[in-house]
Amino acid sequence: MLEVPTPLRWTLRIVAVLYVVLLVAWPVTTIVQEAFSDGFGAFLETFQDEKVVHALALTAQVAGQAVLINLVFGVGISLLLVRYRFPGKRLLSALIDLPMSVSPVVVGLSLLLVYNGRDGWFGPTLEEWGIKIIFSGTGMIMATCFVALPLVIREVVPVLQEIGDEQEQAARSLGANARQTFLRITLPSIKWAVVYGVVLSLARSLGEFGAVKIVSGNVTNQTQTATLLVESQYQGFQQSSAYAISFVLAFVSVICIVGVSILRPKESAR
Amino acid sequence: MATASLDAPARPALRRRASSGSTLTAGSALGLGVAVTWFSLLVLIPLSAVVVTASERGWSGYIDTITGAQTMAAIKLTVGQSLLVTLLNVVMGTLIAWVLVRDRFWGKRILDVVIDIPFALPTIVAGLVLLGLYGANSPLGLDWAYTPKAVFLALAFVTLPFVVRTVQPVLEELEHDVEEAAASLGASRLTIFRRIILPSLTPAITAGAALAFARAIAEYGSLVLLSGNKPFDTEVASVRMLSFIENGSTASAAAVASLLLAVALFVILVLDVVQRRVSRHA
Repeated sequence: MLEVPTPLRWTLRIVAVLYVVLLVAWPVTTIVQEAFSDGFGAFLETFQDEKVVHALALTAQVAGQAVLINLVFGVGISLLLVRYRFPGKRLLSALIDLPMSVSPVVVGLSLLLVYNGRDGWFGPTLEEWGIKIIFSGTGMIMATCFVALPLVIREVVPVLQEIGDEQEQAARSLGANARQTFLRITLPSIKWAVVYGVVLSLARSLGEFGAVKIVSGNVTNQTQTATLLVESQYQGFQQSSAYAISFVLAFVSVICIVGVSILRPKESAR
Repeated sequence: MATASLDAPARPALRRRASSGSTLTAGSALGLGVAVTWFSLLVLIPLSAVVVTASERGWSGYIDTITGAQTMAAIKLTVGQSLLVTLLNVVMGTLIAWVLVRDRFWGKRILDVVIDIPFALPTIVAGLVLLGLYGANSPLGLDWAYTPKAVFLALAFVTLPFVVRTVQPVLEELEHDVEEAAASLGASRLTIFRRIILPSLTPAITAGAALAFARAIAEYGSLVLLSGNKPFDTEVASVRMLSFIENGSTASAAAVASLLLAVALFVILVLDVVQRRVSRHA
């Protein structure tokens, strides 16, 4: 192994740590200070506000449903991509990654163009059938699904490839049906990958901002999520409230990250 | 592979390794149909709507929108700052990955976890957090808010994990005996790094850089509160698009969006080529 001389090793170490501290660690701690600068009572007071409670509940609802949809879709499409042969498979597998590199603003715009009730491609027809997508919960869930779509798939696909399909074939040759094979053989071996995927999707979904801002209409007490409320509170000179809500959001996402990193090494050591 | 967690780019080489698999059964064909329909309704049709809307006013209309002074300034700022940030990430990301894999010190696990925070932190909170250290009340005495420096800072924050997480697993799996053989043959440390280590990291660095660049040109949330969105100064392409949407000129927004989409597609293409080269070498 390449021996790095001690002075250089220390330099690299200090540069790396300093960079991460200045760019991420220190800034993140300022949110804790700001959130509790007027004491714990003031922090709690923010959550007495009806619109704050409503926004947090709405965020939880939208994120929860989006994660559920992405979970079912993600596991299904991973199985199809790894275990089956079909025309267009490589194209599909490449397109699945597309949402990772699309701007949230473009996501919002694209949904708006297709589903708005006035001149969208499908919007007017859907509204005749009584289905409203833009400026409603459905559109917000779709936008959130869009941005978090690849996360479960990216976790599950490599694990499925790694474990191979010998056990599944054995189970099937012993007379297990598709459901039994999936529940007894496949699911237990991809369990952790699914858990990681879900946790990451949840963090991403709770924090979605740009796409939801466009499709939701951002109406207080109706379609205003927690991240949208942070923006409007901050711009409306309600800084302490903005910081308190941000603290809650940051806390949840950091818990997700730490949880994943504690779980993961255990898995690889097994 | 233990530490490569959050970001997607973590293990590109593993993907699509096995092209085998069984043919579709009735049940799985139905599943594929449902999945593709949902994917089309959610992603493919809406994205094509962007391209179609952008082309509705013809080529000259498209060029007019893109080259409008304010829009052009926003695109230039976005692409310029994104390139700078990508360059920074190539250097710092590789350096951090190196320290995480080859060095040992107290607190390394914490450093490893902190790298992932920008990926999970809501973008609007990211902007707020950076205002805390680099805004008007900065404990460092730096007031960078509402300047182009703030754009650079926000982009550097959100793109931090990409290069680190693509380079790290490759560095972990690098064989040490080649380095030892080179050293025993009298190669200097610099030569070993330049001729042996760096070439094997290049595909991973490229892939990470492409992802970081794509993320940077698309960034919106972290800039809303931090950059001030001043036209001709700190307004990025995403913000420009949003103001088009809010003014009801979706066609202009779609023109800018299609430009960003083209860049995103190009990046995916580059990634695919790099991945195939890597798996061929492996």
